[in-house]
Order: sequence, then structure tokens, then C-alpha cells
Amino acid sequence: MATVPKVDVGTDYKEKYGFFVPEEYVFKAKRGLNPDIVKEISWMKQEPEWMTKFRLRSLEIFRKKPMPNWGADLSVIDFENIFYYLKASDKQSKSWEDLPPDIKATYDRLGVPEAERKFLAGVSAQYESEVVYHSLQEELTKKGVIFTDTDSALRDHPDLFKEYFGTVIPPADNKFSALNSAVWSGGSFIYVPKDVRVEIPLQAYFRINAENMGQFERTLIICDEGSFVHYIEGCTAPIYTTDSLHSAVVEIIVKRGARCRYTTIQNWSTNVFNLVTKRAMAYADATMEWVDGNLGSQITMKYPSVYLMEPGAKGDVLSVAFAGKGQHQDAGGKMIHVAPNTTSTITSKSISKAGGRTSYRGHIKMYPDAKNSKSFVKCDALLLDDESRSDTYPYNDVDAENVTLGHEATVSKVSDEQLFYLMSRGITRNEAETMIVNGFIEPFTKELPLEYAVELNRLIQLEMEGSVG
Amino acid sequence: MADFEIRDLRASVEGKEILKGVTLAINKGEVHAVMGPNGSGKSTLSHTLMGHPGYTVDGGEVIFKGQNVLALQPDERARLGMFLAFQYPVVVPGISMTNFLRTALNAKRGYDGKDKSKQVTPKEFRSLLKGELEVLHMDDSFLPRYINDGFSGGEKKRAEILQMAILKPEIAILDETDSGLDIDSIKFVAEAVNRMRGPELGVLIITHYTRILEFIKPDYVHVLVDGKFVLSGGPEVAERLEKTGYSEWGDTEELKPEEVA
Repeated sequence: MATVPKVDVGTDYKEKYGFFVPEEYVFKAKRGLNPDIVKEISWMKQEPEWMTKFRLRSLEIFRKKPMPNWGADLSVIDFENIFYYLKASDKQSKSWEDLPPDIKATYDRLGVPEAERKFLAGVSAQYESEVVYHSLQEELTKKGVIFTDTDSALRDHPDLFKEYFGTVIPPADNKFSALNSAVWSGGSFIYVPKDVRVEIPLQAYFRINAENMGQFERTLIICDEGSFVHYIEGCTAPIYTTDSLHSAVVEIIVKRGARCRYTTIQNWSTNVFNLVTKRAMAYADATMEWVDGNLGSQITMKYPSVYLMEPGAKGDVLSVAFAGKGQHQDAGGKMIHVAPNTTSTITSKSISKAGGRTSYRGHIKMYPDAKNSKSFVKCDALLLDDESRSDTYPYNDVDAENVTLGHEATVSKVSDEQLFYLMSRGITRNEAETMIVNGFIEPFTKELPLEYAVELNRLIQLEMEGSVG
Repeated sequence: MADFEIRDLRASVEGKEILKGVTLAINKGEVHAVMGPNGSGKSTLSHTLMGHPGYTVDGGEVIFKGQNVLALQPDERARLGMFLAFQYPVVVPGISMTNFLRTALNAKRGYDGKDKSKQVTPKEFRSLLKGELEVLHMDDSFLPRYINDGFSGGEKKRAEILQMAILKPEIAILDETDSGLDIDSIKFVAEAVNRMRGPELGVLIITHYTRILEFIKPDYVHVLVDGKFVLSGGPEVAERLEKTGYSEWGDTEELKPEEVA
């Protein structure tokens, strides 16, 4: 039997390798939510007092806010039966064998490497990536870029953190942003200095730490003037969690002339309620692009938004949602035009299959000052059968003069003519349907880095075979 | 017994009887032309042979390689060796021609994602494409385009013949391939089809006009009127139609193709 050599990482592993070996706190995770649990979370993280107060205030707001009375049915969420904070060591206590067979089968079929599977499944952290992360960090540090997890940012960059945290999405924005503000943990923090362009996409995947796929992660990105960054979160393999609520908050500030692209591909296991608030502030001549792919989950409610604060600001949302059996994807986007000469586009593609339901929900607001602004919304829905459903809820509020607002919506079914044509070339019905679906979302896929595009197409193929979820 | 036998085929569309008993035997190596006036059942014949779901088979059989293909799905018919060049090729957005051709060729070869030995190699695929593109006077620029999306009439028809050349069927049905084609395109298409002619390929050309038959000489010509063959013979049948049109069967329309610039 081969023996594994034991590596002595020394005592400076944190600085050297950038990761933590979980410490054994005397902490027993408890279900439910009350001020004591919130205080405990804050204490565990050794946070400054202002953050403890922020969390407690947010908890109050969460309690007072009613549940949204629109969108998907959220009444089944039992807030008292959820773990709001788990240490990494608790999370890792699950074993591979405990995973549902469909999740394991999907990893097999996607060809996800063993170590990565365990990481995705929350079974263990993937320390193998540390090396990649480490060399990337050196490059970034030279340019003054900060890329770390949000907890570390609060500790290591307190002034920068406090200046922006909670400014884009205040706790009182909605019930779930309040919940996140009270119990947040993990997520990414990025600061890109003036005129710095980060040419390779930053991926949460590199920044390995057991916390980074938490249920209540909090991401904050600041793009200083003239800078550029592309951040990618998630991956196409299903993310398994035994906890049924994922409620993240993502805040982005894009300053004058900067550009930020935020790409998400998420495929939650089908027990998850995925309720995420994403918002960016774009200043003069800045560009914010949300590229958002939603697969999996039981219910997703997610409407990435851009506040176009100063002249010349530009916002884009490009989203794809796939709803299979028992799933409801309620997604869309919001564009808030505050200043003149601002432009926005929302392109939404949705696919419903086997009784799945997709909804496009969008809001375009043009304040009186937003003259000469333009917005265009295009939503296309593809239904794969008669049981499936798709709805469109566009809300437009225009108080400005001399603006252009376009809206185009299509609902189509996979056409018999297209199927017959492809099948007449020897392609099976299932493969032909998959091709048509992949063709339908191609405007989305072509915006992804190649490896993600390939993975997404493979995943669609699995979804079409009905072997996922 | 012929290689491909249509026996007393009856078919209807939305309850209306269109094919009223069509019988035709095609051997590999032969080129048959089916000619007929508008509404005679030509496109019903091509669609029924390939298995379009909108056409109902009311009777008869089509025997190919010992099987009644009417019981098979369109993709099974294709993998068995049948091919239909569409009169109106269908647009499928988001899928490149290259991807489509490769997927179809892999399907034809029985590659189902598992047995890699059946999969076409990139090198083989490239050289196959290159040769056929030349014959059809097409350039590479059409490969990354989406299936038939924004193609001119001529490009669409040439793309159909390109697919045929790549997939190498044993029975090919060309449905009104000459309609909407300028004379140069007809020549390129005919040249490509003529190159494929040989002992391994049987061709069924369905056409209203005799023009394409000047370039692809048929061995047999059949006249379809009101869902039945009313006349069968050699190339001389086409010559006769060239002069008199379908007037002897009560159709007074002149047999001149529409002018295409």
C-alpha cells in the first residue's frame, strides 16, 4: 500500500498559501434565526462592532418586511428550520455517499473530476486549486487589484469595505436582502484600481475556501475609473446543498468610464429556493453587463439591475433560464435610468420543459432627468411541450421626455418543421431538440468563455435527456 | 425485387386524400423523375417517403433493405440510407452549418457519443467538406453561418446537395430542387448530382418543370396527376411534356419555368 507523504505546511500557511485550516471552535450550529445567533455569527468572525450592529439592524428589518406578494410562491420556506451559519468543518462532515444518486450520476456524465465533485457537493474544499490561485494573486497584487473573500476583505481592507458595503443594496431593499445582510458569510470582494484592466476573468472557482459557495454569500465589486474586470461565478455542474435556501446579495460600483461584466452560471439542486438580489451602479460612460444563466433550483427569483446614475452610462442584462419539471424560474432584469443619454438592453431567453414554468419580469424606469435615453427589451421563450408555461411581466415607468423604449417578446415552440428537417438527416429526435435549444440560447452562449459554453451545451443536453434533477 | 419499392402508397393531409395509390420501383444506379402539375401530390410523395408527421399514410408500403420504412421515424430512414433534398430548406438559428453537417454525418455513421471509432475525425471532415464545396462552387464562409439562415435561394439548394454529398445516401429524393434557382446554380447542382450518380445511388427527382432534366438526364420519367401515375416511360416522356405540358390531363398551365434572375 502506498503511503502519502505528509507535507508540513508550517505555521505561515495562511500567508503563504492563502487558505485556512479550520480551527476547532466550540460552536454548535443551531437552526433558526434570532439576535443571539446573529451576534454569535459576528463574534465567530471577529467582526468590528459596526458590522455586528449592521447585522442586528438588518435582522429587525427582515422581521418587519412582508414576504413579496408577487412572483413565485415562497410560502413554503420555513425560516426557523434553516442553519444560518455553518463552519467549514461542519460542511465537510458530509460524505460522498450521502449525496443523492441523481447528483452523483450528473457529475459522472459531465465528467467532473473527483476532487471538483466533492468540492461542488460541499463534501470537501478543493485545495488543489490553491496553486493556481496563488500565482494569479501575485499578478493581481502587482497591479493593486484586491481579489479575496468578503470576510477577509472586512478584516484586511476595513476602510474601503465600509465605504461601499451596503451602499448599492441597503438591507431595507427587500426581505431577502435584509436576511442576507443579517447572516451573510463568504462571497467575493474585488477592487480594481483606476485604469487597471484585468484581462483574465476572475473566477470564484480560483478563490477556494469552503465558504465561497455559502448560502448567504455577499459579493462586492468596485471598479474604479477607467478600469475593467470580468468576474465569473458558479459552474455548470449542479451545486448540491442540503439546505434549501440560497439568498445572495451582489453589489457592484462601476465608476466613470469603467466596465464590469459579471457572469453567472448556476445549476442548483432542485430542492433549492434561489433568491438573489444583484444590483450595480454605473456612473458616467461606465458599462455594466450582467450575463446570467439560471438552471436548476426549485424556484429562482433574480432580476439583476443597473442604476444608470450619470450621462453615458450603459447597462446590459443577458439572461437564460431553463425550467424543467416542478421548477419555476422567475427572472429578468431592471434598468433604472436616472441621468440623460443613458442606454440599456435586456435580453432574456427562457426554456420550459415537462411542465416547468419560466417568467420574465422586468422593470424599466426613466426618471424625468433621463432625457435622450434608450432602452430595449427582448424576451424570447421556447416551450418544449404543451404542459410547460411561460409568462412575461414587463413594467415600464417613463417620466422623461424624448426617450426610446422598445419591447419585443416572442413565445415559440420547437417547430415540427425544424425537427423534421434535422431528423431527416439522421439526427435523433432528442438530439435534434437539444440542437434547437442550444441554437436558441446561442446569443447567450457566445458571450461565455469557451469552456463554460461547452459545459453549458453539455448540461442542456443532459437536461433534455431528462437525466438531471 | 428492386432496391427501393413504393407499393400502392396512399396518403392524406388533414383528412384530404392526396396520394391515391402510387407504385414505383427504383434500383440503385437509376435516376427517376416524377413530374406533375401543381396539386398533383408531388410534395406529399416526398414528405411521406421521408416521414413528415403532418402526412398520414392510409395504405401501402415502401420497402427498402427489407424493411417497410413507413414504420420508421425520419431519422431512422435517414440512417438506413434515404435522403430528402428539401424544396424549402428550414432555418434553424444558432446552429452552424459545420456543426450540423458534422452531427448529421456522425449520426449517419452510428456515432452515439460513445464509440469514438465511429466518429468522423476533424481531418477527415475537413477534407470531405473541402472537396464537395469546390464542386458546388461554394466557399468556406458559408460554414459558420446558421442553418439556412439568410441563405439565398441558390445557396439553400446548393447546401442541400452538399448535405447529400456528405451523407452519401443510397436513395436520394430531390424535391423541386430546381425551383427558384438561377441557371448557374442549376448547373452546379446538376454537376454535383451527376458526380454522385453510379451503382450505389438511386435518385428520385420530383419536379414540375423539365429544365433540370436537361442537366440531370433521367432513365425513367413518371407523370403524377391527381395522386396517381398516369404515364411512365423513358426520357422521351419528358420531351413530350416539354412540348405539350400537362394539357392532356386537363392542366392548361404552360410548362415554362419561372424566370429567375
